[in-house]
Amino acid sequence: MTYLDMSREHATELLERMVLIRRFEEKCAEQYSAGKIRGFLHLYVGEEAVAVGALASLRPDDNVVATYREHGHALIRGISPSAVMAEMYGKATGCARGRGGSMHLFSDAGRLFGGNAIVAGGLPIACGLALADLMSKREAVTACFFGDGATDEGAYHEALNLASLWKLPVLFLCENNLYAMGTALERHAAETDLTRIPAAHRIPSEAVDGMDVAAIERTVRYAADLVRDGAGPRFLELRTYRFRAHSMYDAERYRSKDEVAKWMERDPITMFERRLRQQGLIDDTLISQIEERVANVVAAAVDAAEEAPLEPVSNLCRDLYARAPT
Amino acid sequence: MTAATATYREAVRSGIRRAIQQDTRVFLMGEDVGRYGGAFAVSAGLLEELGPERIRDTPLSESAFVGAGVGAALGGMRPIVEVMTVNFSLLAIDQLVNSAAALRHMSGGQLSVPLVVRMATGAGRQLAAQHSHSFENWYAHVPGLKVLAPGTVQDARDCVLAAVDDPDPVIVFEHQLLYNVQGTLDDDAPVADVWHAAVLETGTDLTLVTYGGSVPKALAAAAALRSEGINPEVVDLRCLRPLDWQTIIASVTRTHRMVVVDEGWKTGSLAGEIVAGVVDRGFYELDAAPERVCSVEVAVPYAKHLEDAVLPSVSRIVEAARKVMPRHG
Repeated sequence: MTYLDMSREHATELLERMVLIRRFEEKCAEQYSAGKIRGFLHLYVGEEAVAVGALASLRPDDNVVATYREHGHALIRGISPSAVMAEMYGKATGCARGRGGSMHLFSDAGRLFGGNAIVAGGLPIACGLALADLMSKREAVTACFFGDGATDEGAYHEALNLASLWKLPVLFLCENNLYAMGTALERHAAETDLTRIPAAHRIPSEAVDGMDVAAIERTVRYAADLVRDGAGPRFLELRTYRFRAHSMYDAERYRSKDEVAKWMERDPITMFERRLRQQGLIDDTLISQIEERVANVVAAAVDAAEEAPLEPVSNLCRDLYARAPT
Repeated sequence: MTAATATYREAVRSGIRRAIQQDTRVFLMGEDVGRYGGAFAVSAGLLEELGPERIRDTPLSESAFVGAGVGAALGGMRPIVEVMTVNFSLLAIDQLVNSAAALRHMSGGQLSVPLVVRMATGAGRQLAAQHSHSFENWYAHVPGLKVLAPGTVQDARDCVLAAVDDPDPVIVFEHQLLYNVQGTLDDDAPVADVWHAAVLETGTDLTLVTYGGSVPKALAAAAALRSEGINPEVVDLRCLRPLDWQTIIASVTRTHRMVVVDEGWKTGSLAGEIVAGVVDRGFYELDAAPERVCSVEVAVPYAKHLEDAVLPSVSRIVEAARKVMPRHG
């Protein structure tokens, strides 16, 4: 294992963020089973290193576009765990006042533009956000997350072409968890090397171990800096794996238990922890402190969501228009 | 007086030019809007005048460039996106319905999408089905969108300016048969209230409600009816979402009879919605069952005589008007 050139403070921060997402997601699953959360619930368990590593390399004025598996991105981009939990409870204190639920988390302040439940629907929007930055001469990057399934969509190919043609400052981040819902990559894509299609659009692309938070942070920082400097879009394939069902329950007939077990040996949190221990950056005490802090935050989020009021039905039609028609 | 004769095309162009000159956030993008000058020559000359930053040719990727319009609007710009025709907008309808229309509400009011999407609509040029649809009602169906359909030269300019000034996503439908129509354009006039219907001609006997490309047909039918001694009022909706019920009901309250002219197919049409709304709001004002003049429900054919048979025509409007009038002995 290569030596990790990282301060204890930063390493602890990355670890704590991954643990926060893991415990938050586990609590969501529990609350779903208890009937407190309904609708679709897509958990990020197993993929935490991707959002944590990638978003650690961005700045507050960068834009983030994500998918319906975006709880982690939302937490890292500054939506409070209470506001995310309350949103899933359908409460008035939710970040979208109960309009979006699990799949549609937004933060104007955190420049998180969804929360998109149309596969590949976020890619054209990311191009536009980047165009706005380019035309306004702002040195911002738009980080656009999407899954391997999105690469089958027409909008994906259209957006890659447009971004490359116009040299838009977009960083395409493909969260390749090997399945488009339940269809394996080799069963949904004729070209399974996902870096080749962006390359055909003249977008520099590379694959990264999506379970290695440090590698992700390093690679994304390098790519984001180039994009920020006006080099045009770049593409990273983050090879990761979802440990749980696509949504809350599925029979998982599309993959074997062995395969899941094998990937779980590469749990991004365990691997990072092990590495930090080996370098003497953390110990049991620090880990239990992290777990305790995270447990308190998650418990407080649940308590706050439980106690929060429902959005009044009389508010149903608010926020439809910025300038209401008369 | 600065009023002069201009075409509908020139009026749209004037609105775009002014919007771009007035506000550094405004730009036009779409297929062939730059070097080609626009598929309908609306933007001819604007690239030379305003430069390639503000007049942007896009690839033939409706989903990408309409979605980029949504994103640019989220990013603080005021994009005007030209989709060549409503037929091709179906390739981008996901971005318009699932994103542009929904984002504000779905984000609990956090996001705004000040986007303008202009597109040509309608039939009448023997272009066959895939270039002749009228889907204004599809977009007028969607909460979160606003929909304008200018039917006159002055409104063609004013709809662009009103749409750009609006903080919400606005779809502007320009009927392809109107681009060459001439009328009076006062380029210095303040922007009219195009969010409400206009009574183009006052009358006492019946109300002809219409919009967009059917406006000239309704006016011609009104003239023909007047020569028969029937005096119609002509209401141009201008805005298809939200509908201006006040103006519609006020007119029907005067005339007690209504014919709706709508180039869309009758089933699930705006014409149907207008009849239903008038029944809801003014049932006792009606002296006769309203009539709808819509397109025959087939894919619009190429051959001239067949296409003519599909579309609302002056004679079909006149016939419908006679039908709602009391029968004289």
